[in-house]
Amino acid sequence: MRDVAVIGIGMTKWGELWKQSLRDIYVETALLALEDAGIDRLDSMYIGSMSSGLFVGQEHIASLLADYLGQLPVPATRVESACASGGLALRLGFMEVASGMSDIVLVSGVEKMTDVGGDEATYALGTAADQEYEGYQGITFPGLYALIARAHMQKFGTTREQLAKVAVKNHHNGSKNPLAQYPFEITVDAVINSVKVADPLNILDCSPITDGAAAAIICPVDMARKMGKPLIKVTGSGHATDTIQISQRKDMTWLEATYQAAKQAYAMADKKPKDIDLFEVHDCFTIAEICVTEALGIVDKGKGGEAVEAGLTALDGISPVNTSGGLKSTGHPVGATGIAQVVEVTKQLRGEAGERQVKDARIGMTQNMGGSGGSSVVHILERE
Amino acid sequence: MEGIIGYGAYIPRNRIKVEEIAKVWGTDAPSYKKGLMLEEKSVPSPDQDTITMSVEASRNAIKRAKIDPADIGAVYIGSESHPYAVKPSGTVVAEALGATPEVHTADFEFACKAGTEGMFVAMNLVKAGVIKFGLGVGADTSQGAPGDALEYSAAAGAAAFIFGNDKIVANIVDTYAYMTDTPDFWRREYQYYPQHGGRFTGEPAYFKHVTSAARGIMQNNDMKPEDFDYVIFHQPNGKFPFRVGKMLGFKKEQIEPGWLVNKLGNTYSGSSPLGLAATLDIAKPGDMVLIVSYGSGAGSDAFIFEVTDRIEEVRNLAPLTRDLLDKNKNYLEYGEYAKFRHKIRKAD
Amino acid sequence: MSTPSRYWREIPQRYRLEANKCNRCELIFFPPRLLCPECKNRKLEKTKLTEKGKVITYTIIRVPPAQFSDQAPYAVGVIELEDGVKLTGQIVDCAFDDIKIGMIVKLEFRKLFEVGHAGILCYGYKFVPN
Repeated sequence: MRDVAVIGIGMTKWGELWKQSLRDIYVETALLALEDAGIDRLDSMYIGSMSSGLFVGQEHIASLLADYLGQLPVPATRVESACASGGLALRLGFMEVASGMSDIVLVSGVEKMTDVGGDEATYALGTAADQEYEGYQGITFPGLYALIARAHMQKFGTTREQLAKVAVKNHHNGSKNPLAQYPFEITVDAVINSVKVADPLNILDCSPITDGAAAAIICPVDMARKMGKPLIKVTGSGHATDTIQISQRKDMTWLEATYQAAKQAYAMADKKPKDIDLFEVHDCFTIAEICVTEALGIVDKGKGGEAVEAGLTALDGISPVNTSGGLKSTGHPVGATGIAQVVEVTKQLRGEAGERQVKDARIGMTQNMGGSGGSSVVHILERE
Repeated sequence: MEGIIGYGAYIPRNRIKVEEIAKVWGTDAPSYKKGLMLEEKSVPSPDQDTITMSVEASRNAIKRAKIDPADIGAVYIGSESHPYAVKPSGTVVAEALGATPEVHTADFEFACKAGTEGMFVAMNLVKAGVIKFGLGVGADTSQGAPGDALEYSAAAGAAAFIFGNDKIVANIVDTYAYMTDTPDFWRREYQYYPQHGGRFTGEPAYFKHVTSAARGIMQNNDMKPEDFDYVIFHQPNGKFPFRVGKMLGFKKEQIEPGWLVNKLGNTYSGSSPLGLAATLDIAKPGDMVLIVSYGSGAGSDAFIFEVTDRIEEVRNLAPLTRDLLDKNKNYLEYGEYAKFRHKIRKAD
Repeated sequence: MSTPSRYWREIPQRYRLEANKCNRCELIFFPPRLLCPECKNRKLEKTKLTEKGKVITYTIIRVPPAQFSDQAPYAVGVIELEDGVKLTGQIVDCAFDDIKIGMIVKLEFRKLFEVGHAGILCYGYKFVPN
């Protein structure tokens, strides 16, 4: 297996991009990554997209986007694992480069979510749940995490304030990220008093509806070295699945797929949680970050709420989590999120994260999750 | 001998008071309450309809009958509010009960008489030996036009009866039917609310058919009002059953146990069947029960039942009708009621 | 418009709670599975779920998907039935404040949603306080 490096990243400001279509957003972002890498040809490309069909009525987007990127007849593959589509695009690209099958691969993600109304977006996101046995009962994506939140509160005493503090922390980080959709600070009070979505989760516990894309170029380390690029290596990769119906899990408060994916990535990179300088994790809802910090081994089971309260996961904490602002503040164009995490970690490892730079960051982790945790993809990136 | 082997009721928990409706239309609640002898009515939740209530009432009937639902040979649902204009309610009910596929199903419609019609046919198929067990259900989520007198009474509920010839709780002594063509109440195709003939629904309609059916069945069986322990008449409002009872020579005490309308409203096809269920809930072995339904259009079905010893054994195997009526109520305001009954038009 | 086939094929589960079980692992599967994920046993037996259980977590959905827009707000919970099977379902006929973890509920037959103004009516189970 060949070692793999990230040599280019691209991301534009996320938000409600009324003037731009899915292909506009994608091409603009992918070109940034190509420019950053200083290359103009690709051997292969992967595009994470959860539901271009439901959001813009367009399937077959891999070929469409390869065409508009001027890369025909490059092999282009769309990857879908709900909100973990982006992370999975990286993993597939990583495997293709590591195997020697391709040298230069674009791994990317895109979602254009604002061309449908709120209830249609709610429906589309809800398709990540078991449609026949969860969706049929009227559950929503926030609803599933609300079920997890209530169970976590009951079992571990996690508080409403602790949930809110995840959002406050991530908005604080996001306020230092010019590409974030909502780059402003919020307060615990604001979160607790915001509009209810699915009790106990309020609107400020939820990641927003976002248009956006993210892209990265990966290639073999040897090639990156020859090109004189800063060496950001992908040293660990893990991917695992769980039941997509949360009621079918033995413990609804535990994200087993994330735990398993992290175990694989830690083993491949020969690292432990305390070796990681920063984490970009899937905080689609405040409770998600709490559960993820537990499954990644950053904190003990049940301690995720206390950890955020104690500042352990803050920008200046022992284990900074979501330095970019996370999904909460940066936005969550579902298919793009997993790659945006790679963009952030790469920036941090390159020392290009500006005001939110983690000092001496050398090792970072990304964790991207599908649905209510039915899939999870974890990567470890290291600066040589 | 044939008879009822199991019975069950279902009443939604929502209620609206006459005052709450009167407040909206500027009518005088005390006079309406007195005139209709009615205080409040049941209202279905948006997720309840004739099909769902029929399933629940039938499940209660199966609990009392203690039979394998697969042995039910006929499922008949009587209602004027079948959720589909075309597509049977009966197949959903039969499927949910586990009676399919070897079962005959049909939906009956005859204003408020459809429930006893289903019972009549199910019972006679058992009598004829065509089926082992037959299920007849009366259920409605009836609608009265906003502001119409019917709005104060049109209610929701269901009662289900399983007939068989073994382990009977009430023997069928006789049945009788009395029909004429009398257009006192109707709803044309594609119309949302029914129309009625005002006071014409009284004397030539309700009273004529109910008294004729009652007299007919008593005459055929050489029985008099005093031979019955209980009598149930269709209950479009609180007054009519007492008035018709008086006309026939029945006493208040015979009517009251099955008289639910003051707190329930008119459950249309469910009305007299629910009265029968409430009566069986308190009847003793040997009691004689007369039930006379009424459906606009118009006609009455009459049945004489004789309660058996088994009633004591099965009574508490399912919820009692009065408990469904009196417990766990949830009072609605008119706005909520209007939303539940789809009287408010939302944007598409 | 989608055909009703997708609704129709789930009827045994939604109307009658039909499930299956692995006698080797003593596990019950709802909806029924073709093999036991634990021991890969393919000879699974038909069974029916019990109709009572307790709430183990719940939420109030205030922002519903399109087909449920008329119903919001409504409660959805995960219920652990007496036979140990857990399933997701709405909790109705109950004030939101009265819903508690550990509350005993039973199944009732209800309408879940309607397909547009002219499509089929979709029925199934919901939970009500016992």
